[in-house]
Amino acid sequence: MPKDHGIGASQKRREDVRFLTGRGRYTDDINLPGQAHACFVRSQVAHGRLNGVDTAAAAAMPGVIRVFTGADFEGVGGLPCGWQVTDRHGQPMQEPGHPVLAQGKVRHVGDPIAVVVAETFEQARDAAEMVDVDITELDPVIDMKAALADGAPKVHDDLSSNLCYDWGFVEDNRAAVDEAIRNAHHVTTLELVNNRLVPNAMEPRVAVGDYNFATDDSTLYTTSQNPHVIRLLMGAFVLGIPEHKLRVVAPDVGGGFGSKIFHYAEEAFCTFAAKQLRRPVKWTCQRSESFITDAHGRDHVTKIELALDKEGHFQAIRTETYANMGAYLSTFAPSVPTWLHGTLMAGNYKTPLIYVNVKAVFTNTVPVDAYRGAGRPEATFQLERVIDKAAREMGIDPVEIRRRNFITEFPYATPVAVEYDTGDYHATLDKLLEIADVAGFDKRRAESAKRGKLRGLGLNCYIEACGIAPSQLVGQLGARAGLYESATVRVNATGGLVVMTGSHSHGQGHETSFAQVVADMIGIDENMVEIVHGDTANTPMGMGTYGSRSLAVGGSAMVRATEKIIAKAKKIAAHLMEASPDDIELKDGRFSVAGTDKSVAWGDVTLAAYVPHNYPLEEIEPGLEETAFYDPSNFTYPAGAYACEVEVDPDTGKVTICSFAAADDFGNIVNPMIVDGQVHGGLGQGIGQALLEGAAYDESGQLLTGSYMDYAMPRAGDLPSFTIDHSCQTPCTHNPLGVKGCGEAGAIGSPPAVVNAVVDALQRAGHSNVTHIDMPLTPSRVWAAMQG
Amino acid sequence: MSKIHVTTTVNGDPVEFLCEASESLLDVLRDRLSLTGSKEGCGTGDCGACSVTVGGRLVCSCLVLGAEVEGRSVETIEGMAEGETLHPLQRMFIKHAALQCGICTPGILVAAKSLLERNPDPTEEEVRYWLAGNLCRCTGYDKIIRAVLAAAAEMREAS
Repeated sequence: MPKDHGIGASQKRREDVRFLTGRGRYTDDINLPGQAHACFVRSQVAHGRLNGVDTAAAAAMPGVIRVFTGADFEGVGGLPCGWQVTDRHGQPMQEPGHPVLAQGKVRHVGDPIAVVVAETFEQARDAAEMVDVDITELDPVIDMKAALADGAPKVHDDLSSNLCYDWGFVEDNRAAVDEAIRNAHHVTTLELVNNRLVPNAMEPRVAVGDYNFATDDSTLYTTSQNPHVIRLLMGAFVLGIPEHKLRVVAPDVGGGFGSKIFHYAEEAFCTFAAKQLRRPVKWTCQRSESFITDAHGRDHVTKIELALDKEGHFQAIRTETYANMGAYLSTFAPSVPTWLHGTLMAGNYKTPLIYVNVKAVFTNTVPVDAYRGAGRPEATFQLERVIDKAAREMGIDPVEIRRRNFITEFPYATPVAVEYDTGDYHATLDKLLEIADVAGFDKRRAESAKRGKLRGLGLNCYIEACGIAPSQLVGQLGARAGLYESATVRVNATGGLVVMTGSHSHGQGHETSFAQVVADMIGIDENMVEIVHGDTANTPMGMGTYGSRSLAVGGSAMVRATEKIIAKAKKIAAHLMEASPDDIELKDGRFSVAGTDKSVAWGDVTLAAYVPHNYPLEEIEPGLEETAFYDPSNFTYPAGAYACEVEVDPDTGKVTICSFAAADDFGNIVNPMIVDGQVHGGLGQGIGQALLEGAAYDESGQLLTGSYMDYAMPRAGDLPSFTIDHSCQTPCTHNPLGVKGCGEAGAIGSPPAVVNAVVDALQRAGHSNVTHIDMPLTPSRVWAAMQG
Repeated sequence: MSKIHVTTTVNGDPVEFLCEASESLLDVLRDRLSLTGSKEGCGTGDCGACSVTVGGRLVCSCLVLGAEVEGRSVETIEGMAEGETLHPLQRMFIKHAALQCGICTPGILVAAKSLLERNPDPTEEEVRYWLAGNLCRCTGYDKIIRAVLAAAAEMREAS
């Protein structure tokens, strides 16, 4: 019987009515009195020396208030990078400057050079075309391996090369891994590309800066997943504004997927310009602009080798990856190919020896940073593809080879520095085989064959590290921030609660699921709990939402704060009933004295806290409000198994997804309906990566896929209905909710299933030489593969 | 250049506004009439977030000029509910959790309503192809399709 309230119930989302009626309040819906509009002048070349910017003609255009250039930002800090990676030789990564507006050079198409601020956006845009930029074009570096060649043009003249870092993990394992691969019974090698993606949240980025000279307060409204992080980075490192004079508001935000974690130049610009001009300054990103300014995702080129014994047991893994950083280091970019990728190379399997090498490379392209999954999809894709290839080479069933190598005992310390607390990989794989009806595949394949279509089945497992992250651990790994989360629970006199969280909801339904958690703990109606997020002025300092962390870390902070509330409320109840606090029980919103019929209601206690006429003032303070910060002791490890069936048209190479099934273990689940949606969305993006999406640059550094005409987003007709299950639950052992996180799983687990399925279809049709096709699997690529 | 005076109907209400000749209907709705439910996702007619109907025809309001709606009837997301009574599509979107961040939702609802006015009994495939002009990055479309089919069934029963 499904639950009808509290933890485990599929409560309808309370945020939906405002979105469904057009009453959401997104950043672009905010217009301040006296607001001016900003239009950025951006580099049209990938690499060039900036000789000068003549703003005279633009400044004389109608409505122009001021034209800003890099000269205005000479005394202003650059955009900081939040993570420092140490290379194989113990040296820090090469870390270039990242100016708000270009200083001396432009380094990618889209690099901001100047900004026109005018009375209207149209006036700003017209004037921006009159800014005369004198650039000497330089040879760009676009391909990563070419960027590392001797004599390659340097993206940053002050660095020794285009190599950001050469990372080895675990460096001490390197010789043993080499030895194991040399002596192995069988080694399967695969070279592949993890295609560059453009995140494409459907809401483009927006920033509105405001300044009050009377109080010296600055306010920034922005499309962010983490307003406190923006306040800290922009205030402390860029503009020099202390936190108490800077408020950052991220209201309703239209999707993030990672791309709205980072601190962007436009946020700093609007805040800076509002103070300079004493007027609010608004910038709304055009879609064509977002393609060349939002941080991109993925873009790895990898060689992976898997050594096996004669029974198919994994002996060692060695990988070599080139990871594109783009032209600058975006906020968390260095951590993605390293600590979010190398640490997951064990997957669900007990491989004793693993060595991961990553060379991070600067190129004249848009910066690359975390995008849904961030590093973990790259690890999963190469591992699950090479396992499939090895199974085929050794004549072992792809399900069987995985089972043979599963980790089955927990906790399990991998050779790549993480310890899985719990899991049951056989259970999710069993569930997958059931819900995907793998047993019926041959029949469906025969039916497809009758229609002239090549049917294939692909499956894979995945594991991810979520609940980011233990602060002390990530501090050792180079993070320049802590990754705890915060919550303040304010109980009002008449018993209602306001929970202020540092997490941020931009589609995840926190206003509903977080309320379920707190209401369940107290035993009151969920409508008595309001969730507040997105404004640094009324939420405690928290690190925001990404890395499937909100419930595992933010929810845990909420639990801790609510526990404090309950402990204090019990003392008040004990006083009211003249009993010992130790004897007080809380159930269904009533406090009772154990073993007696004495009880008081939740509302009696909260009222007493604020009207303390009969109250133990000498022992406890009046009021009922508590704050907690929660720092996890480990990551969480959601895992699962995915299956995809495809039909390939042998005449055109077109791939159609016939079915997609996902069996996930997310530990405990607060709102199953919301979890379903998170999985669906991840699958949509993962299938999009596998079949449709790919950012392409030409050799001059122009983005060829800069609009929805060229960049193929998954549309309703491209995707199937999904079959999903999350009944396999091994609760997380180290957070109070036992939850693991579900936001990224679909995007992590689905690309290898799709590619495995297409390769399977072609293999079964006799194309035995086709062992891999790089994503996206467009008809032309699949057709070319079939032609040999 | 002088502005153009436009008299039209928006969600059943008579409306007058002045706009530039080059101003899109979307900008008029958002900036002059404070109807911010319609969203700009691309400005090129590729994402459908700005979908409205003009004279009963489904359009991307970013590709229609404000001046073009003189004497026409415009319907936006703000007019879909009857007061506080939600349209069956809106109710089914809640029931099936067919939205996440909400930014594409107004456009999808307007487009889905337009479909059901033409075809009260669409197949799943027909819904998927009709809504192929509306991008959603959050949901993978699965629940949207189910919600539209469920709303269609309920509306057929009621009629």
